[in-house]
Amino acid sequence: MKQPPEPDHLPYKIVIGLEVHVQLATRTKLFCRCNTQFGAPPNTQTCPVCIGLPGALPVMNDEAFRLSLQTALALNCQIPPSTKWDRKQYYYPDLPKGYQISQYDLPLSHDGFLEIHDSQQRFESKRVRIRRAHLEEDAGKSIHDERSGTADSRIDLNRTGTPLLEIVSEPDMSSALEARTFLDELKLVLVYQGVSDCNMQEGSLRVDANINLHIRDRETWIPTPIVEVKNMNSFRAVERALEFEADRQFDVWQETGQRLGDAPKQTRGWDDQAEVTRPQRGKEESSDYRYFPDPDLVPVNVSPQQLDQIRRQLGPIPAVLREQLQTQWGLGAYDADVLVNQGPRLVQYFTQLAEACGDAKEASNWVQQDVMRRLKEQQTEIDAFPVSAATLAELIRMKQAGQLDRSRAREVFQHMCDHLQSPQQAMTALGIQQVDTAELSALCRSLLDKNPAIVADVKAGKQQAIGSLVGQAKKQNPNVNPAQVKEICLQLIAEMS
Amino acid sequence: MSLTRQDVEKVALLARLRLAPSEVDTMTRQLSQIVDYVQLLSELNTDDVQPLAHAIEVTNVFAADQPLDSLSREEALSNAPHTDDEYYLVPPVLGS
Amino acid sequence: MSLIDLTATELQSQLALGHITAVEVTGAFWAQIERLNEQVGAFLATRRDMALEAAERIDLQRAKGAAVGPLAGIPVALKDLICTQGERTTCASRMLASFVPPYDATVVERLRSADAILIGKTNLDEFAMGGSTESSALGVTRNPWDLECVPGGSSGGAAACLAARMVPLSVGTDTGGSIRQPAAFCGVTGLKPTYGRVSRYGLIAFASSLDQIGPMARSAEDVALLLEVLAGHDARDSTSAAVPVPRYTECLRQPLSGLRIGVPRAHFADGLDPEVAAAVQEGLRVYRDQGAEIREIELPHGRYGIAAYYVIAPSEASSNLARYDGVHYGYRTDEAALLAEWREESRRLMDAGDTSALQQSDNPLVRMYRRTRAEGFGPEVKRRIMLGTYALSAGYYDAYYLKAQKVRRLIRQDYDRAFEQVDLILGPVTPGPAFRAGEKASDPLSMYLVDLFTVGANLAGIPAISVPCGFTSRGLPVGLHLQAPPLEESRLLRAAYMYQQTTDWHTRKPSLA
Ligand SMILES: [Mg+2]
Ligand SMILES: [Zn+2]
Repeated sequence: MKQPPEPDHLPYKIVIGLEVHVQLATRTKLFCRCNTQFGAPPNTQTCPVCIGLPGALPVMNDEAFRLSLQTALALNCQIPPSTKWDRKQYYYPDLPKGYQISQYDLPLSHDGFLEIHDSQQRFESKRVRIRRAHLEEDAGKSIHDERSGTADSRIDLNRTGTPLLEIVSEPDMSSALEARTFLDELKLVLVYQGVSDCNMQEGSLRVDANINLHIRDRETWIPTPIVEVKNMNSFRAVERALEFEADRQFDVWQETGQRLGDAPKQTRGWDDQAEVTRPQRGKEESSDYRYFPDPDLVPVNVSPQQLDQIRRQLGPIPAVLREQLQTQWGLGAYDADVLVNQGPRLVQYFTQLAEACGDAKEASNWVQQDVMRRLKEQQTEIDAFPVSAATLAELIRMKQAGQLDRSRAREVFQHMCDHLQSPQQAMTALGIQQVDTAELSALCRSLLDKNPAIVADVKAGKQQAIGSLVGQAKKQNPNVNPAQVKEICLQLIAEMS
Repeated sequence: MSLTRQDVEKVALLARLRLAPSEVDTMTRQLSQIVDYVQLLSELNTDDVQPLAHAIEVTNVFAADQPLDSLSREEALSNAPHTDDEYYLVPPVLGS
Repeated sequence: MSLIDLTATELQSQLALGHITAVEVTGAFWAQIERLNEQVGAFLATRRDMALEAAERIDLQRAKGAAVGPLAGIPVALKDLICTQGERTTCASRMLASFVPPYDATVVERLRSADAILIGKTNLDEFAMGGSTESSALGVTRNPWDLECVPGGSSGGAAACLAARMVPLSVGTDTGGSIRQPAAFCGVTGLKPTYGRVSRYGLIAFASSLDQIGPMARSAEDVALLLEVLAGHDARDSTSAAVPVPRYTECLRQPLSGLRIGVPRAHFADGLDPEVAAAVQEGLRVYRDQGAEIREIELPHGRYGIAAYYVIAPSEASSNLARYDGVHYGYRTDEAALLAEWREESRRLMDAGDTSALQQSDNPLVRMYRRTRAEGFGPEVKRRIMLGTYALSAGYYDAYYLKAQKVRRLIRQDYDRAFEQVDLILGPVTPGPAFRAGEKASDPLSMYLVDLFTVGANLAGIPAISVPCGFTSRGLPVGLHLQAPPLEESRLLRAAYMYQQTTDWHTRKPSLA
């Protein structure tokens, strides 16, 4: 196995921890029964509870709690027998109660892990520890006048109270790429569990990163002040922001020599256009959230039976699935990776296809080369794909039976997709018919008669000369199978001698 | 006095209250008096006592994930001091 | 006897017999409100037309022989921190002076479906913080027994309107004694139910883990009638008790035989007004004469109750009242003035080149919050918000909030142990009778100490009742305090009923009524 490059040449180590907020796929909010659907007109999905009207009280959404436990189990977390809710208090116009209901000292899960690896082996596979995953309510949306800063800010409370799972990693990542990979893998786990749609554009997945450097100092390492980076709107942005930040922090270190503790924790925002991080605006008021147990909510006890039940219903875990594709279906690590990264539905399509056509390697090729390309071109999901696994398997079997060559099979496939037809229908429509063996032999014989020079070349051992005959045959009858033409011609030439 | 003026000013910012200088004096005196009284609690050894957050100890109260009607926007905004009939409006957050 | 002197139970049977109509009843109480509210100031808002309309509807229904609810045609007053849809709910605060809830509290739904006539909203200490109703920003309430005196609080309006015969039934709330203390000061009967017995949905929170809505009336029988309507599990309140509610009106008349009454020695110590002590001792004698066994008991942590309470209640209040920030509802400071002030200050600092002061100065939003809250809240509310914010702030949480929650458990354990030996605990409701308006205004701590005997029931979550048991020489009522184990409201009501069968303190009427 190829050794990953050791960043020995760097005079420092990068230390990254991530904080990911994931919107859970419930129908209603965490503490009230307002719809969570994205994109509704402003302030049309609120009620006394989520606007924090005086007198209104929260009641916990059971599905949000179940989805949290499911996610925590998929992330290998410990689930304590009892958990409670706390108020995190701060003033902001999109936080109507003046506090966020969150979890402080007794989160619903802690101490899990997520394995990350790189198929190109740019870093060594590792286990990133999950410190905790807890449930909390989202705030609303503020729309600021970014330019002049003098117009009123506008507040939409539709999102207020949407259930979020906050997943906090330990600072176990040592490069922007590792952080990116962690996020890709985490998203995959969440998608496989069906607990979130993880749509970053719609804000259902948000990432903050904590990063600092450990500067090499002979036998020891000197940690630099920690910076929290926010405002990253894609995984790509996270990667670039962290790359930028590591460089910037090293420059600051060289300039100031500031160590951890010398300066307070700084918050910086990623500017995607300028590709830099900047200190976030606003007065630095030291945060004192005055957490205390929410008296309006009661603790939740989780029984081992309940956990067993959720464990039994757990969706596939990507890492386990990759392993299965290799051991049960004989795929290589790379192919398994590509398929699993496409998500559970595509993997299901693959397994159905492999089962139906009886050739996993072939099925894998078709899925990766044809199906995935088509999905990309059409910008659709496998659920909306017009050719079922069973139908595609039919086509593959025809190819395996020698009725079609690879390129003709592809044409047929395209036609099946475009016109929602069966392989037979598509072949008819394309005018592809089985060419009678006798007819084919006659055709070959006439070609050999007309091309004595080629026959001579072949006889002299230049087998590739036959290609020209195949081309001529196809011109005369597009339905001929090139492999068959080649085979028959060779046989006839052999018989001549 | 157990609280200083600075303590009171800090707490007033946390609590988003504006106190006139004379109010800070009164508040410092009155809060100190109450906090001194509350020190009575420190007489008790509570090392092995579990805090009691709820007077009746209920657990696992849930509601089903079934949508109910929300308020109309008019109702939601009806008590707001300042709106544009679509959003709540507040003075600029990004002051400079 | 005029209609307004009848109890709700009497009115209920007269109405059922068709001897009187709901319109007559409502009209009679309305006339009394008109006559006395200016002097007493019990109500912040009344709704004559809607009340009379509702009464007409009920009379019509009855005439048709249709079924009507248990409070059909009986006027009920609501403390003005219980949300009523489409009608102002102010908490007696400038902050919510124009707040109109778009929803009804659960108890309001229950009262409506019991066909009660909701006749008005009563005054209270601002956000229920206080024991005299003097911290109300919207009105002054006086004690009907002596207009120079406070009615108690925070449910001062709720108690005063009963004493003045303006309503037969009144709904109050009790966080540290706010039903029982004004009931004692005004000579009416008031019950604080077990925490969780009555839904808090729609009750504007002061201290969520202590607040309870409860019935107030002029007799234990009426209190039972009203509690039966108010009590019950509510899926919208996670802290609501999912247990059946007894038929209080039916079990009321069963006497308690072999009753064991515990008397905490500390409740009769120095500092107790001698006339109050005498009246309560006399009350105790009544029970002894009825065969009750009297035992002295200890509540060893009782003396820490006020200290624990004045950490927990303000802490929760500081959080509950954070929502009043002028953004989504309620009062907001004058924005033009605020922006002008901000520009002026920024310019001044800029000219002086004081960049660090400029950076430290509040942005317009923070200014909006601070001015809004400074102008919208009264001094007592601000004091408690400050106290609670301090107690929860970094470095103090363990010493104050956590400590108080632990002491709270000790206090609960005291009660659990006491109730292994006795069925009820008896004592005074307050250390003294109603005091003069303004007397304690400048000394918050002395006002807090008035809650000495009542906060224990809130901290422990147990039910307790205040029953009239006599008068001082100046003619001010005195209240007898009974406390029972969790969910034993029926025991309290039976004991109070027994008492009111042989005494007539609860039927006395202030001269102005
Ligand atoms: Mg969070
Ligand atoms: Zn809602």
